[in-house]
Amino acid sequence: MLGGMTAVTLNQFVPMPLAILLAVIVTMIVGAVIEIVFIRWLYKPSVLRMVIITIGISILIREIALHIWGESVKALPYFTGSSISSINLGGVYVSSQVLWVVGIGALAVAALTVFFNLTMLGRQMRACAANRDAARLCGIDTGNMVTLSFMLSAAIGAIGGCVVCPITYVQFDSGTPLAIKGFTVAILGGLGNSTAAVGAGMILGILESFSIWVLPTAYKEAISIAILLAILFVKPSGIFGSAEAARLKEF
Amino acid sequence: MARRYLPVAAFAGLIVAIQLGTLSIGAEYHLTQLTMTAYYSLVVVGLCMLIGYAGQISLGHAGFFAIGGYVTAFLTTWDLKTNHGAVVSLLERSGALVSRHDVYGGNLLTVHPWLACAAAILLTVAVAFLVGGPVLKLKGHYLAMATLGIGIIVYRIVLGTDFLGASDGISEVPGFPLPGGLLISGDASSRISNYYLAWGLVILGMALLLNLIQSRVGRALSAVHGAEDAAGAMGIPTSRYKLNVFVLSAVFAGLAGVFLTHYNGGIGPSEAGVMKSVRYVAIVAIGGMANLWGSLSMSLVLNYLSLRGYFGTYDDTVFGAILILIMLFAPDGLLRRHLVSDLKRMVSRNPVEEDAP
Amino acid sequence: MTLLSVRGVSKRFGGLQAVNDLSFDVAAGAIKALIGPNGAGKTTIFNLISGFLPPDSGEIVFGGEGIHAMSSCEVATRGMVRTFQHIRLFPKMTVLENIMVGRHVHSRAGFLAGMLNLPFTWKEERRIREKSREIMELLGIVDHAGTEAISLAYGQQRVVEIGRALACEPKLLLLDEPAAGLNMRETNGMGELISRIRDLGVTVLLVEHDMSLVMKISDEVVVVSYGEKIAEDRPLAIQKNREVIRVYLGDDEC
Repeated sequence: MLGGMTAVTLNQFVPMPLAILLAVIVTMIVGAVIEIVFIRWLYKPSVLRMVIITIGISILIREIALHIWGESVKALPYFTGSSISSINLGGVYVSSQVLWVVGIGALAVAALTVFFNLTMLGRQMRACAANRDAARLCGIDTGNMVTLSFMLSAAIGAIGGCVVCPITYVQFDSGTPLAIKGFTVAILGGLGNSTAAVGAGMILGILESFSIWVLPTAYKEAISIAILLAILFVKPSGIFGSAEAARLKEF
Repeated sequence: MARRYLPVAAFAGLIVAIQLGTLSIGAEYHLTQLTMTAYYSLVVVGLCMLIGYAGQISLGHAGFFAIGGYVTAFLTTWDLKTNHGAVVSLLERSGALVSRHDVYGGNLLTVHPWLACAAAILLTVAVAFLVGGPVLKLKGHYLAMATLGIGIIVYRIVLGTDFLGASDGISEVPGFPLPGGLLISGDASSRISNYYLAWGLVILGMALLLNLIQSRVGRALSAVHGAEDAAGAMGIPTSRYKLNVFVLSAVFAGLAGVFLTHYNGGIGPSEAGVMKSVRYVAIVAIGGMANLWGSLSMSLVLNYLSLRGYFGTYDDTVFGAILILIMLFAPDGLLRRHLVSDLKRMVSRNPVEEDAP
Repeated sequence: MTLLSVRGVSKRFGGLQAVNDLSFDVAAGAIKALIGPNGAGKTTIFNLISGFLPPDSGEIVFGGEGIHAMSSCEVATRGMVRTFQHIRLFPKMTVLENIMVGRHVHSRAGFLAGMLNLPFTWKEERRIREKSREIMELLGIVDHAGTEAISLAYGQQRVVEIGRALACEPKLLLLDEPAAGLNMRETNGMGELISRIRDLGVTVLLVEHDMSLVMKISDEVVVVSYGEKIAEDRPLAIQKNREVIRVYLGDDEC
């Protein structure tokens, strides 16, 4: 939400690619600030406490956004083409923005995979997630790792917000349902596996869209939650995750 | 043993004092917000029982409030005259239905409020049992997310269903008749009686919960909260007890929903929203997690201020901020037993070991 | 008469066979000790018997009833109660309250009765309190009744935990390393306590590392190593058993 809203505001002053870049940077800074102010000094907090704190933080961000931008709905212009133009892909007409979303999404996943598997920094982060104390003993600055992870996830959220908002528009409270879907998808795909998360995201999207055949459209938003609940009850480690790995991850 | 009820009596005295106070300064309209505060406080104390004594967090309790409120609102405004079949005639003759005039002078045939209330509570209990079973088996944060999700599902259902009023909610809900000619409604003439009815209900609820805490079950709940597997090893049926507390707290919320709906004459989807659920948890948190009186007093103060509009457009912000601050600095709640020693520890240089809430 | 019968019980954790085809009996009224070097699987065996873990195979028969599929709560209601290696008293509750929890299985006031404060609960609560005090007096901790249980000295906490277990009036008491963390004087006191418990008619099965305690008070000893039983006999015979010596001290050929 912050990414999209900031980008739209900045777009009034600078060309769109720059606006998006700046918006992402601003959001990353916000993410870092949040981590440093609220999270960093906590001593071994339980996950539950973190969940509630971050829920509180998201409420604050929402309210701040409400007071900055009001209740107006905003959107970036389409990256290429317009809201009525479409590209013919083998008989199916797809909006060009959708291709941007898919493309950038794929790019993000690829970049993340490369980062986590091939770069030293990425591997250090995974070490922190697996066993923080052991990582610290290896000389990794776990505090900064956490900040970095907040910044990364903020950046990805911001990019997502920017890329999607021409289609879905963005408002001060558009963040919450997306966060829930994000959480659903993360659990569905098994925490820590970004490719699985993408797969899970697509499954969720398809299920949500097709749900309007069976249920009234108004309930579409509830679908993702119902699926989340179903997963939590049946297999909390997600479709692609394994129970052992989930247990090992200190959750 | 009568000592146990001393605080209850003291609180009752406070309630009377407040009412007389508003009388003396001629500001009796305050009673309206105070009455609404009472019903919200009912939700809070039920939730406090769940969070503090059963150790289970629920971020979706507004959902149960909404179930109670919407069921009773719907049943008492649904005109059955239009489907006047055999079943309806039977119900009408047995007194289950009530004929009344609506605002436009027409004639309505709706379900009697008592039956509607019973149906609302029944549904609340059913949902709580159905949902509580699997949800309570989840650990900590998964439990929180699951209850959050349930609240949102209820919200989406009431928001998206036309016969539940969609985004407008249900209005023109009649008053709730009580024996002795009393009526729970927002009528200005019955302000004082409604005030005492509402707070009387809260006091009754507090008495029941206080009794429970001091009883064998209350002891068992403390044990479960303190060391669940040891409690199980002592023969305490932990899952069953946790579920029972969950359902009990849901009933408190549902009942509050029923009566507040009749008092307000209506209900809207925002009552089921995440913001309301967060509000309830924030109040329990600042009241001391396991402190019934703390939660009650905080609810009295904060809900009243919020309803009077003292927080302005920052209403949700206040409760969100409270939640963050409490979770950051005092995850066991603010007004708890070891407060003084904990403050001392926090100010000293020694690292503090966290207990998982 | 055999009170507890473990027959062919096995448990595997991933690649580790923690317990392998274990069988032994505990006679009613006896004090039986379960010993073995570290990692032998003793706590796992306790967890299997007391319903904390389900066995992969085998049977556990208690008082004529097969309990291997039961949870710890069900096992407790049938008269088998345990203590824990790392003391698990209820925090934020006094010593008296901790012990009163032990009386849960012998009382019946439920949610409704509790909320409505029904008259029958008054007498029940009084009886619970009295019985708990009796136990505290028996154990010599009645002076600490109103103290928060986890603020007591370690040795006293152990006694409170045993008191809590005794409040359940168990037929079989499982003690998980009761002497752990106790000095010599406290260990002797523990030994006397366990003997007194047996004299009350409670059968005791204990896991313990302190050999002097084990040899002094046990009627019979079971020795396990790597999840398998290697000896089951009276204490003196165990001390002379070559396998046992080898397992604890190693071969002469080392």
